[in-house]
Amino acid sequence: MIPVEHYLTVAALLFVIGIFGIFLNRKNVIVILMSIELMLLAVNINFVAFSTHLNDLVGQVFTLFILTVAAAEAAIGLAILVCFFRVRGTIAVEDINVMKG
Amino acid sequence: MEMILLFAPLVGSIICGFGHRILGEKIAMTVSTGALFLSAILSWIVFINFHGDGHTISLFRFIESGSLSADWAIRMDRLTAIMLVVINTVSALVHLYSWGYMDKDPQWKQGESYKPRFFAYLSFFTFAMLMLVTSDNLLQMFFGWEGVGVASYLLIGFYYRKPTAGAAAMKAFIVNRVGDFGFALGIFGLFYLSGSINFSVVLDPHNAKELSKTTFQFLSWQLNALEVITMLLFIGAMGKSAQLMLHTWLPDAMEGPTPVSALIHAATMVTAGVFMVCRLSPLMEYAIFTPNFIVIIGATTAFFAATVGLVQNDIKRVIAYSTCSQLGYMFVAAGVGAYGVAMFHLFTHAFFKAMLFLGAGSVIHAMHHEQDMRNYGALRKKIPYTFVAMMIGTLAITGVGIPLTHYGFAGFLSKDAIIESAYGAGTGVGQYAFVLLVVAAAMTSFYSWRLIFLTFYGKARGNSHTHDHAHESPLVMIVPLAVLALGAVFSGMIWYEDFFGHHWEEFFGSSLYANHETNHVVHDAHYVANWVKASPFFAMLFGFIMAMWFYIWSPENPAKLAKQQNAIYKFFLNKWYFDELYEIIFVRPSKWLGNFLWKKGDGTFIDGGINGLAMGIIPLLTRKYQGMQSGYLFHYAFTMVIGVAVIVTWFALTGGSR
Repeated sequence: MIPVEHYLTVAALLFVIGIFGIFLNRKNVIVILMSIELMLLAVNINFVAFSTHLNDLVGQVFTLFILTVAAAEAAIGLAILVCFFRVRGTIAVEDINVMKG
Repeated sequence: MEMILLFAPLVGSIICGFGHRILGEKIAMTVSTGALFLSAILSWIVFINFHGDGHTISLFRFIESGSLSADWAIRMDRLTAIMLVVINTVSALVHLYSWGYMDKDPQWKQGESYKPRFFAYLSFFTFAMLMLVTSDNLLQMFFGWEGVGVASYLLIGFYYRKPTAGAAAMKAFIVNRVGDFGFALGIFGLFYLSGSINFSVVLDPHNAKELSKTTFQFLSWQLNALEVITMLLFIGAMGKSAQLMLHTWLPDAMEGPTPVSALIHAATMVTAGVFMVCRLSPLMEYAIFTPNFIVIIGATTAFFAATVGLVQNDIKRVIAYSTCSQLGYMFVAAGVGAYGVAMFHLFTHAFFKAMLFLGAGSVIHAMHHEQDMRNYGALRKKIPYTFVAMMIGTLAITGVGIPLTHYGFAGFLSKDAIIESAYGAGTGVGQYAFVLLVVAAAMTSFYSWRLIFLTFYGKARGNSHTHDHAHESPLVMIVPLAVLALGAVFSGMIWYEDFFGHHWEEFFGSSLYANHETNHVVHDAHYVANWVKASPFFAMLFGFIMAMWFYIWSPENPAKLAKQQNAIYKFFLNKWYFDELYEIIFVRPSKWLGNFLWKKGDGTFIDGGINGLAMGIIPLLTRKYQGMQSGYLFHYAFTMVIGVAVIVTWFALTGGSR
């Protein structure tokens, strides 16, 4: 039996990788979307780990919901990205600074 | 009846002031004048029918806050009754007189409406003054006190197109603030120490005795409570009654129209200080230092103002200094403890001084608003009624009468009573006052006759055109003079026994208080030596002969003497350099301070601070924050993550809401 701490460590590592993926990434917006997916999965692992650890199914139910939402979010995100590419001709992160003050 | 008497002027003032556009000038002025005559008649009825100890009519509660409570009330006693007569009579006559005097004023163009405003102010003044004298607590008195101050300000500055009038109005108001500050402090002190501001409590002799034994610590001095309070209250009286050091506003107040001078700056408002000291007689009786101080200030003022009056050339200023001097007389009487005598002189003085002012106004009116006596002369034939009136006024103020009897003009009886009281007090300050007052009496006589001789005798001087067109004033101006002349001649003889006789305390009832253990001054005054009684008469005679010599027999004399004694002449002419002194001590430093606070404090510091904040610091900060907005998504994400990390750490360390 693998103790719950191991699951949590893996989840935390994934989460931090996700975060770093967001703001160290200078190349591509798609990488950001993937990083978000990674963070959501890290959270899912946490949910499932605690669910089995505490013998409570609610966590797993939540995980299913999160997966659904993540899928939808990825679809919308990619759609926005396509639109954005058509307008600006690029999806490089370094070129996206319309909000610059 | 008292209610009608009291509020008729207010109603008249409101109707006249606000309604003259609807009613028309004539009707508005008639309303306010009519209201005043109603008041005057009622106050004579009250005065004559008044017997006994008086009563208080409570109208409504004015202020109730903690242990402080004050009613809006009418305190009817002898003192009030006397003041009612003085105020309403003079005010009614001045209203009537103003119909003539204010007509076609050269300060205003044809068709401009200014008279209703003038009448409204006059009526409002009368109302405030009535509030002052009928009050039964110090708060209402203070209300009246400030009310007359405002009315005085408005009326002195009535010719608002003249810069000097505006300046004089401000001066009067500001100098009075100094006195009022003392008055207010005195009221606070009384409330603090005796727990009430109602006269029924404050003026209880037991309370006064209690206060005289109380001391309190101020900085490192141990001070007697009663002395301090009476002193502060007297400072208030000094401001209002133009006593030495706070007198500078009164001569300048002559910038106002002459009826105003007659009403406010001769007969009523300036006597409010004397009235207040008399009203507070129980407190004054138990104080030791303050009454002596009052005597010294009063006597010195009487002397000082008389010396200045000797050399002034403006007809109104001569009379103004004369008023200042006579107020000094009243304070001497009040200071030595002869309150009845002070009220007596107040009463008679109101008649003859109002009359002198109205007479002077009539001369000014006749001479087309020329006020310099050097441009008068030989007006006796041209304005005979005014001449007679001024003559009676002068006879009254100089104190003409038969020595050692009770027959004479009003001023003879009341002024002599004061001089006898000063001597009869038998104290050092009493002697001091006696000497100064007799000298002042001689000078009073001199400058009063000088005024008469310069104006009505000799050769016509100045603009001959003006002299040719000099005309007697209309009837509305002569009638008030005639009525006041009656007062100036007879008021002394009629009421001598009541005010100064052996039974004066019965006459005044509880309104005045004399401590029988220490105060025998009125009794003693009756038994002073004959030379004392006759001395003011001879002083008057001396002044008269000097005036005759200087202005009738050898008119070149004054100029010669002025040249010979140039220093003294200049000193008197410049009013002992009080204005110049104050200019250096108070006016310039405060102007400098004001300028400093305005330019540096307000301009540089406050405005500069706000401008600096709005135009310097805030834009700087915004530029800095602007730089932080890179527009890159990962920067925002990073900031957000840092924020979340900080919050989570914070919650983890402190345990959330606990």
